[in-house]
Amino acid sequence: MLNYTIRRLLSVIPVMLVVSIIVFLLVHLTPGNPAFIILGEDASPEAIAKLEEQLGLNEPLYIQFFDWIKQVITGDLGTSVYSAQPVTELIFGNFGPTISLMVLSLLFILVISIPLAILIVSLRKTILDPLFTNASLLGVSIPEFWLAILLVLGFGVTFPIFPVAGYMPLAEGFGPWIYHLLLPAFVLALVEIGIIARMLRDSMLDSVNQDYTKTARAKGVRERDVLMKHVFANALIPTTTVLGATVAGLLGGTVIIETLFTIPGIGQLLIDSIHRRDYPVIQGVVLFIAAIYVLVNLIVDLLYAFLDPRIRYD
Amino acid sequence: MLEVNNLHVHLDTPAGLVKAVDGVSFRLESGQTIGIVGESGSGKSVLAHSLTKLNPEPPATYPKGEILFEGENILKMDKKRLRNLRGKEIAMIFQDPMSSLNPVFKIGRQLMEAIQTHQKLSKKEARQKAIELLIDVGIPDPERRMQDYPHQFSGGMRQRVLIAIALAARPKLLIADEPTTALDVTIQAQIIELLKSIQKKYGTAIIMITHDLGVVANLADRILVMYAGKIVESGSTADIFYDTAMPYTWSLLRSIPRLDAAGSERLLHIEGHPPNLIHPPKGCNFHPRCPFARDACLQTDPPLAERGTNHSAACILSKPEFDKEKQAVAEWKGVLLS
Repeated sequence: MLNYTIRRLLSVIPVMLVVSIIVFLLVHLTPGNPAFIILGEDASPEAIAKLEEQLGLNEPLYIQFFDWIKQVITGDLGTSVYSAQPVTELIFGNFGPTISLMVLSLLFILVISIPLAILIVSLRKTILDPLFTNASLLGVSIPEFWLAILLVLGFGVTFPIFPVAGYMPLAEGFGPWIYHLLLPAFVLALVEIGIIARMLRDSMLDSVNQDYTKTARAKGVRERDVLMKHVFANALIPTTTVLGATVAGLLGGTVIIETLFTIPGIGQLLIDSIHRRDYPVIQGVVLFIAAIYVLVNLIVDLLYAFLDPRIRYD
Repeated sequence: MLEVNNLHVHLDTPAGLVKAVDGVSFRLESGQTIGIVGESGSGKSVLAHSLTKLNPEPPATYPKGEILFEGENILKMDKKRLRNLRGKEIAMIFQDPMSSLNPVFKIGRQLMEAIQTHQKLSKKEARQKAIELLIDVGIPDPERRMQDYPHQFSGGMRQRVLIAIALAARPKLLIADEPTTALDVTIQAQIIELLKSIQKKYGTAIIMITHDLGVVANLADRILVMYAGKIVESGSTADIFYDTAMPYTWSLLRSIPRLDAAGSERLLHIEGHPPNLIHPPKGCNFHPRCPFARDACLQTDPPLAERGTNHSAACILSKPEFDKEKQAVAEWKGVLLS
């Protein structure tokens, strides 16, 4: 297991290298440049050229890339051309809201989708099952941003229960923190709830008529225990795969949700930096997101071995 | 102990209503072994599952008949009583040991679950009992094996574990649904020996479902032959093997090689396919494949009729008529009859 983990962690390096090349090219091939944006529309071409030289933007692309990657290897993601703050500092400064949002969303997803799937499976012979299947399809089809606006209208404006925007760090107290996060976290979770509940339901239905459940029933085990123990333990294996993708997807979702609810997280940092053509920050943030993505997938793979005794990595 | 009267089990499939079990009656005394023999699709597995109402409902329904276990109708039991029956009084083992154990739980846990479902025992006592059961079914090094997962066992060993699970609450009746079909021949023999020794030790009654007459030959006291959801012949093992009174049974016997007749007999196969149970043939179900079929077989579906003490068959041919026909067909097909 340890060997496998180390090997997987090492395999992150080539992945990150490819990601960094793509990000670097994408950013630099997009029209617009930071010098222009920093100095404003009225700046003279000379002033812009001077600032470009200062920032190293007049060098050939490959030289810029190697300069950047050399820094990255030493753990330095560079300095923001806009605010002159180190990129790592910016990322960690903005990570709190993002991780809060993700953790709370994930909690919503697990707490709602697991009991929902179990309920639906235990009612599988009734009319509720097709009803649920269609409802989950509807849930998956609703665009996040639209749903977010509807919920903000409903619970922030018409019935002002929750704040429509903003963020309070946990340091300010648990109450204000969760009060500001509930609505955005729920919006972020809603789509994924449909996906996870559907996946778990399908896997459970797949397992419900397997021979081992017949053995359990023949032992005289209660139907509830057959579902909750035998069926559930087996259905968790395929669901975990999807859950891994979901956690990664949440990170993407935060970009939209943070913008809508003006939460100062990684997503908002990314969007602002794109507007400012702040190359080092964009590159740093995307690299950071990619690293988390790879890490989440590694955790999922390690979870497999825990959930399915047939899988061993040595 | 067990009395099945005119049992009908229907499966409501999208293609139509399958009469999987169509009026089956039989009795089983405690300690006895009955073999139920038939080819795939004859309804023997559905019948076996009916005995503890284990058929998934839907599609299964039980429109007619009763299953009396010590005087109590199983089909009328509520869920709680049924759970109490399953495993404790009637236990089952299944065809495929590879898939019949939960792949993500340790063997010990699955065994202890069977024990603790019906007996109020502490974890420690249940563990001790589980180890004893594993010793009973011949699993070496049981204490260590308790910690293993099903995939760490061979097929034969898994079937032993499943037998241990079935025996956990000392049931009065053990239903074995093709327990050796998925195993290779030497392992088959070991499992049958194990079942025999269990029966001797605990006096458990056994219902052995199989498509292999050889399996029941040295295990069963009585044999029921099933075809298209019906019992077509029932009798003592000797009656079935040496005094066959139904063409289907005879054809089955003619299709398996016998060591004592090697080289002197030609094997006959049964022509055609098992009947479609949604639209069964008119008259006798077996007539399209029967070497002795005559016009009358298209008209009447013969009921089980006495052919001797505790021996009955469902055929319009009387015993002497059938013996004459057997002789004629055998000569014609070039088969030497012993």
